[in-house]
Amino acid sequence: MTAIKSGSNLERVLTAGHFAFTGECGPPKGANADHLREKFKYLKGNVDCVNMTDNQTAVVRMSSLAGCALMKAEGLEPNFQMVCRDRNRLAMMSDILGAYALGVRNMLCLSGDHQSFGNHPEAKNVHDIDSMQLIALVKKMRDEEKFLNGEEIDVAPKMFIGAACNPFADPFEFRVHRLATKIEAGADFIQTQCIFNMDKFRDFMKQVVDKGLHERCYILAGVTPMKNAGMANFMSKYVPGMDISESLIKRLKGVDKRDQAEEGIKIALEQIEAFKEMQGVAGVHLMAIEWEHKVPEIAERAGVLPRP
Amino acid sequence: MIVADRKSLEEILGMVADREKLLILGCKGCVTVCNVGGLKEAEVLASTLRIAQKKEGRPVEVSHRVLERQCDNEYVAGLADDVGNYDAVVSMACGVGPQFLSEMYPDQVFFPAVNTTFFGGAVQHGVWEERCAGCGACAIHLFGGLCPIARCAKSLLHGPCGGSANGICEVNKETACIWDAIVKKKMETGRLEDLVAVKPFKDWRTARDGGPRRSIREELVKGTL
Repeated sequence: MTAIKSGSNLERVLTAGHFAFTGECGPPKGANADHLREKFKYLKGNVDCVNMTDNQTAVVRMSSLAGCALMKAEGLEPNFQMVCRDRNRLAMMSDILGAYALGVRNMLCLSGDHQSFGNHPEAKNVHDIDSMQLIALVKKMRDEEKFLNGEEIDVAPKMFIGAACNPFADPFEFRVHRLATKIEAGADFIQTQCIFNMDKFRDFMKQVVDKGLHERCYILAGVTPMKNAGMANFMSKYVPGMDISESLIKRLKGVDKRDQAEEGIKIALEQIEAFKEMQGVAGVHLMAIEWEHKVPEIAERAGVLPRP
Repeated sequence: MIVADRKSLEEILGMVADREKLLILGCKGCVTVCNVGGLKEAEVLASTLRIAQKKEGRPVEVSHRVLERQCDNEYVAGLADDVGNYDAVVSMACGVGPQFLSEMYPDQVFFPAVNTTFFGGAVQHGVWEERCAGCGACAIHLFGGLCPIARCAKSLLHGPCGGSANGICEVNKETACIWDAIVKKKMETGRLEDLVAVKPFKDWRTARDGGPRRSIREELVKGTL
């Protein structure tokens, strides 16, 4: 994992052996670029790169590619998220080229939440290729400098390739194998689903380390600070693939409503401390959902500043 | 087989609102097997339409009959001497039937009484499930005999996705996660390694994406079989 593949800041941080700290930013439900620029202020300098989500939860938003371009213009490093739900292979390859031309150097390859969860459930989905193949596609374009059909690319996109992993989905025993396939396909780094069940994640990481996967790919643990007990309840019930324990909800409910946000941040900070020590974990991916203004405080209190 | 669901009475009534003499035309093929468009269902629909229109104060004349198959011109031709006797014909066959009828009898109007849903079979009495997406390049042997193209909501070739929980698909609590079943089968048979390699990109030209499809059997065309 030493030869430089993309030259992205995230790649530089990880290859130098630093504990990575990445952030996330959801584009607005509109063309409000100022709204995004406002969020960028809280992220700039506090994280190594920022994921720009792609119609997350299948709700229509400003395109992730445009969000990445706006981010670049403000001097932050984007991580361009791409889902297989909304694009066929033609649109994917052309957006990858466009992203690279705009200076994007990181990508996160995802299947995408099913459209039935979003605000246009009547939509047709694409799924021409799946997330595993999207990883392989970005790698082919980077390493072989070829399109999927074998044609040469005139200036190939050199992306640092990311993939997601949800250790909490079923069947649990298969999750490490699926991660191995993503690495085989070409993933350079992994950002996991939000982790709330630390015991299960420890189990998972043990399997990862036993298989030596952490030596072939950088694994960033996903952290989402809870704003209050209501958010934990909602995510537990309505967000697919979440493993939120009763004890976590109880801990949040156990404090006064006014103090629940602080309790949520405390939990996140405890998690980050645990991840710093956990074998095989190369960093943290902080998903402060519609809470970007808390990122500077969390980064400061987590002791990850200044960023390398 | 092809599975279909009857349209609502309201929708059918809306289609035939200005017609006074109707033929309800069943089919003895798949729609008979899935109890939606055979002789019995044609009879029930005819009677229901008569009652409904009578209630509205505009009685209509509704006949019913059934063809051996509406997807076969040999049998569709059997309607020639009768088809002109109606203001409209309501076909209870899958979407193929009313098209074969429309092509053979361009002067008549054919309404579809059913929604064609999928290729599948009955898993219990009265319950049918999808099994095939008709992609034109069957590879179920790679997945323990289970098709992820038809049965995974995202048609993943490398599942299960992060939304699989307790063997259930995130999209619908009534739907089993087919990838959970594929993985478990591979684990039980000690063939997990079948799932860890990245599969080739699917060529969708054989599916509907390649345009309307044709199947030609030369030996039959030439009459040598």
